Amino acid sequence: MFRIVIKNALRHVLRSSLTILGIAIAVIAFCLLRTVVTVWYSGIEVSAANRLITRQAVSFIFPLPYAYRDQIGRVDGVEQVSFANWFGGTYIDKKQFFARLAVDHETFFDVYPEFLISPEELQAFKRERNACVVGEDLVKRYGFKIGDIIQIEGDIFPGQWQFVVRGVYKPREPAIDPSNFLFRWDYLDERLRQDSPTRAGYVGWYIVKTKDAAATAQVSQNIDNLFANSRAETKTETERQFQQGFIAAFSAVIDAMNFISFVIIGIIMLVLGNTMIMSSRERTREYAVLKTIGFSGRQLLIMIAGESLLIAALGGLLGLLATFPSITFFQALMPKGFFPVFFIEPITIVLAVTAAILVGVVAAIFPVHRTLRTKIVEGLRFIG
Amino acid sequence: MAGTNGTIISVNKVRKSYYRDTIEIPVLNNISINVPEGEFLALMGPSGSGKTTLLNLIAGIDRPDEGEVVVGGVNIAALSESELSKWRARHVGFVFQFYNLLPVLTAYENVELPLLLTNLSKKEKHEHVEFALKLVGLSDRMYNKPGQLSGGQEQRVAIARAVVTDPTILVADEPTGDLDKVSAAEIMELLDRLNKEYKKTIVMVTHDPRAAEKAHTVRHLEKGELT
Ligand SMILES: Nc1ncnc2c1ncn2[C@@H]1O[C@H](COP(=O)(O)OP(=O)(O)OP(=O)(O)O)[C@@H](O)[C@H]1O
Ligand SMILES: [Mg+2]
Repeated sequence: MFRIVIKNALRHVLRSSLTILGIAIAVIAFCLLRTVVTVWYSGIEVSAANRLITRQAVSFIFPLPYAYRDQIGRVDGVEQVSFANWFGGTYIDKKQFFARLAVDHETFFDVYPEFLISPEELQAFKRERNACVVGEDLVKRYGFKIGDIIQIEGDIFPGQWQFVVRGVYKPREPAIDPSNFLFRWDYLDERLRQDSPTRAGYVGWYIVKTKDAAATAQVSQNIDNLFANSRAETKTETERQFQQGFIAAFSAVIDAMNFISFVIIGIIMLVLGNTMIMSSRERTREYAVLKTIGFSGRQLLIMIAGESLLIAALGGLLGLLATFPSITFFQALMPKGFFPVFFIEPITIVLAVTAAILVGVVAAIFPVHRTLRTKIVEGLRFIG
Repeated sequence: MAGTNGTIISVNKVRKSYYRDTIEIPVLNNISINVPEGEFLALMGPSGSGKTTLLNLIAGIDRPDEGEVVVGGVNIAALSESELSKWRARHVGFVFQFYNLLPVLTAYENVELPLLLTNLSKKEKHEHVEFALKLVGLSDRMYNKPGQLSGGQEQRVAIARAVVTDPTILVADEPTGDLDKVSAAEIMELLDRLNKEYKKTIVMVTHDPRAAEKAHTVRHLEKGELT
C-alpha cells in the first residue's frame, strides 16, 4: 500500500518535484515573514512586568531632568531607579546599525538582569569614566576586545567621542538585543557641562523597577502625579506599553506581513490541490480498477491522502531545511544590525509544519471526494 | 458454493437503464440467463447492445434496476456497497479489454494487488503470485512494468491478476479486442486452459468469432434481449 503511495507520488517526477519545490519556497517565505514579524515583537515579549519607563509627557525625544531621579526613588512601591539616554552617532559609516546608549553604570545591569555580564567586567565598567560595555554580537561583527578604543562621531551630541571597551554582555535569551553599545551617562554629562552647559543634567528616560509587578498602575500614577504641572511632566507606562507604542507606527506593515504569510499557505494549497486533482483525474480508471478488485473507499482515501501528505511533507521538510540558510542570507542582505535580534522562533517551525500537514489534507479532499463518488462503471468508461 | 443443479450464475428478469440527463436509455430488458459451474460462455452482439452492462451486473460492479443476480448462491444485488466490494475481492476475477494494469507497478506487483486485501502471509502471497505468473508464462517478466511489455503480455499479466485469488468466476470484456491475431490466439488458449484444467467458470464478452469458438456456449444479445 505505501509502496503504491510512493510510486504514485513519483510517477511524474518533474511535476512532483516542481510541486515539492513550490511548497518548499512557500514554506521559506512563510518562515521568513513570520520571523520578521516575531522579531518586531520580540522586544515586547521579553519586557519585564515589573519595569516601568518614565518619559517626557509630550514626546520621547524630550529629556527629563536628572533631578527627578531621587524624587522617583522616593515614590511608594519603587525599588530602584535607573536611566538612559539615546546617544545616536555614527560608527565608521551610516550603515552600521546598533543602539548606542548612555546609561547609569551603577544601576543599569541591576534593572536589566537579562543582560549578563561578569562581576569583574562590571567592576571595570564602574571604575573608568569612559568605559563602555558592548553586546556579544558587536564583538562578532567588529572584533572588539577588552581594552579597544572605539571612536564614535556624535550627532545629537556633536563631536568625537572615545570609549574604551571594558566589558561584553551576553543576552540571557535569544529575543534580547545582543548588539547594544552601552557607555556611562556621567561621561556624557561631564562633557556637556563643558561644551554646552544648558544640555547638561538631563536624561532620556527613567527605568523604574517596582517592588510588586501587580502595583505598576498605581506606581505609574504616583510618579506622574509627582511631576504634574511641573516644567517637564512625565508619562510612565510599563515597558511593554512603551515598546508597543514604539512599534505601533509599523503596525500596518506588520499586519500586512502577517496576512501575506497566511496568503502564502493558501497559495500552496492551490498548488498542491491542483497537482492532486490532475493526478486523480488521470487515474480515474486506475482507481475504478482498484475498486473493482475490491479496494475499499477507505483504502483509496489513504492512498490519495497519503500521496498528498507525502508531497506536502517533503516540500515542508525541504523548505524548513532551506529556511535556516535563507534567514542567514536574508540577514546578510539587510544593513548590518538592522534587525538586532534575528532568530527563528520554535512556534514558527510548528506553524510551518502544521501548515504543511494542513495543506496535504486539504489538497486531498477534492480528489478523494471525486474518486469515491465516481461509480466503478463510469470510472472504467472514463477516457482521460 | 454452487447453487442448485450446478448453476453458478443465475440472472433473473433483469432490467437496466441508464439516464442521460432525464432521458432514459433502456439497455437490458427483462434478461434471464443461467450459467452452470465450469461453463465457458461467450456473449456476442452488436456495439451498444448491452454486453458490457450485463457482464458488469454479473461481476457485481453495477446494480440492476429490477430483477436479481445470484452468483454462487448469493443475491449480490442485495449486498451493501462494502459487502459487495469484499464479495468481488473474494469471488470475481476481471479481465478488461485495455488490460488496466497500474503503470507504476511491476508485473509482479500488479498481480499481487488483489492479494493485498487477503490475510495471506508474505510467503503465501509470493507463492501465489509466482504460480499465477508461471501459469500465464511470464515468470521471466516479473519485474517489468506494463510499459515494457507487449499488449499480449500485458493481457496475460491481467489474467494472472484475475486468477491469483482463485475466484469463483472469471469475467472478461473483449479480452482480445485490442490485440493482434497471434496474441489474441494466445490469450484464448490461456482462457481455454483455465477453463479446462482449472475448471474456472468464464463469462466473456467478445466481437471476435474466432474467440467465441473456444467457448462452450455462445449467446447473442440484441437490443437488450438475449437470443
Ligand atoms: N454509465 C453509462 N451511462 C450512460 N449510458 C451508458 C452507460 N453505460 C452504458 N451506457 C449505454 O448503454 C448502452 C449499452 O452499453 P454497453 O457498454 O453495455 O454496450 P456493449 O454491448 O458493451 O457495447 P460495445 O460492444 O461497444 O462495448 C450504450 O448505448 C451505452 O451508450
Ligand atoms: Mg462493451
